[in-house]
Amino acid sequence: MSILESLELALKNIVSSKTRTLLTMLGIIIGVAAVIVIVGLGNGLEGYVTESFSEMGTNTLTVSVMSRGATRTLEVEDMYDIVEENSQYLDLCSPTASMMGSVKIGSDTTSTSVTGVSEDYLSIKNYDIAKGRNIQYSDILQRGRICVVGAYVDQAYFGGNAIGQTLRVGGTSLTIVGVMEQQSESLEEGGTDDCLFLPYSTASRLSGRISSFVVTVKSEDALDESKTALENALYSFFASDDFYTVVSMAEMLETMTSMIGILVGVLAGIAAISLVVGGIGIMNIMLVSVTERTREIGIRKSLGAKERYIMQQFVIEAAATSALGGVIGILLGYGLSSVATIVVTKVMDASLAVAPTLGAVLLAFGISVGIGVLFGYLPAKKAAALNPIDALHYD
Amino acid sequence: MDTEMRPLIEFQQVCKYYHMGDTTVVAADHISFQIYKGEFVAVVGSSGSGKSTCMNIIGCLDVPSQGTYLLDGKDVGQMNKNQLAEIRNELLGFIFQQYNLLPKLNLLENVEVPLMYAGVNKTDRRQRALAALAQVGLKEKWRHRPAQLSGGQQQRVSIARALAGHPAVILADEPTGALDSKTGREVLALLQELHAAGNTVVLITHDNSIAVQAQRIIRLEDGRVVYDGPSDAPEAVVTPRAAGAKGGAAT
Repeated sequence: MSILESLELALKNIVSSKTRTLLTMLGIIIGVAAVIVIVGLGNGLEGYVTESFSEMGTNTLTVSVMSRGATRTLEVEDMYDIVEENSQYLDLCSPTASMMGSVKIGSDTTSTSVTGVSEDYLSIKNYDIAKGRNIQYSDILQRGRICVVGAYVDQAYFGGNAIGQTLRVGGTSLTIVGVMEQQSESLEEGGTDDCLFLPYSTASRLSGRISSFVVTVKSEDALDESKTALENALYSFFASDDFYTVVSMAEMLETMTSMIGILVGVLAGIAAISLVVGGIGIMNIMLVSVTERTREIGIRKSLGAKERYIMQQFVIEAAATSALGGVIGILLGYGLSSVATIVVTKVMDASLAVAPTLGAVLLAFGISVGIGVLFGYLPAKKAAALNPIDALHYD
Repeated sequence: MDTEMRPLIEFQQVCKYYHMGDTTVVAADHISFQIYKGEFVAVVGSSGSGKSTCMNIIGCLDVPSQGTYLLDGKDVGQMNKNQLAEIRNELLGFIFQQYNLLPKLNLLENVEVPLMYAGVNKTDRRQRALAALAQVGLKEKWRHRPAQLSGGQQQRVSIARALAGHPAVILADEPTGALDSKTGREVLALLQELHAAGNTVVLITHDNSIAVQAQRIIRLEDGRVVYDGPSDAPEAVVTPRAAGAKGGAAT
């Protein structure tokens, strides 16, 4: 009797008891679907984070200064000096003075993010100017009351004619001199395009000392060395390492990615428990099936079935059941992934695609078949070992 | 019957013991007989006479505790489970009291089962199974499930299944036990036809009126052979000891 014939027999049995098979497979279906969705979600999340970070530039270092208690204060000029001294590693530098407080446009109050930056900031971030001009060095020197706005601000509040108009930030009136290229796919309130940049000198008059900088490195390959050089310079400035932190985007990305990885691993592990439970369900039902089919086994044995054929039949039936569960689980997983993509995109306002990986699908399928074989083995062994005389007279 | 040939079935002092806790039950006590090719033999005995044990041993479902059982010259007692399965498949065709058809398979598939285990390919299998069904007159019903048939028809399917593998011995265990007397007679007539066609048929029964349909009777009692001879002899149907008390065991 070939494997194919055993498979045919197994499928016949599966088809003849649909409800039971479905219930048996449920654990596997849920487990496989859960693993696929979770890994897909993690995959999507990782992609989303990577994209967000690369938008911010993976060649940048972020410096935060905590001047409280320090003997020296780091002025913007000091930071520029440090960057210049390490020019073999470091390239551009811009203070980033995030400002709390609302932006008033006419009578509207908006939640636009406001950041005081240097003339280099937009090139550091790879933002382009669509209309008008960028912030210039002279604006910084003169503490010019000008600003550059994101596409959302332009479209939502000025109908695309923002250049030359004014708005108020923290009570100071600013003239819009430039509009940035649209960054994200759609313009949304609170999105990447709902932003406003003004000269850091103007911003520092409104919000005080500047304590945060973004610095680009000359070469992304030398990111670690560049970071060390910057840290050394800051250390010698403060004579202590208590007053600053230097974080590279690449590092943060790595940290985030590995955190997501761990999270996904843990969740997928939990989901995989369902696979094991599903396997036990299969073992349970196969044991019941062996008992129910004792007579059939006896008949088959009396007709010349060797132990290994009986064994083969039950193992293949268990494997086929769980493999079928695996296939249904994969389909369900794909379905749920599409639904999750839509829901997450709507709810989180982020373009996050829950993308099942081929690896996860194959793994889930492989595990479910493996579980079928593993948990089918014991009942099959029991069936094969039945004494034909007893089995024939079993009621 | 060609007595020059070596016997197809040969019991040499076959004993079978069952251990039930501390007591040992002797189910077969030095049973010896020979059955030749082409014979129609009934093994008769009341419950507990050892006929089921005999049938299990003849059917290679069990092996003797002591003594030798030669089937077609092969010593079955020395075989392992796999070899026994092969022997059952090749040399034996079973007919059971409860038909023992597989309810989820149709008639054709049921008849195909022993051929499948014999490794016959699909086309040949189908052909031989259909031929066997034709032999019992159920060829047109091959798509039916066993449950859709009457008891007599089901028993005929089980006979077809026994025939399909061209076995050396057809072993029928109370084949009429679950049937009314009319269909029972039909089944017996079928067995006689098979015998007439040259098959070796061994019939296991408790019923003398069935047993006399055979050519030869082996009567068992308490695990021993008490009669072995032609079925038309008067002493064939009478249990020597019970004869006086019960007025004969014949029913």
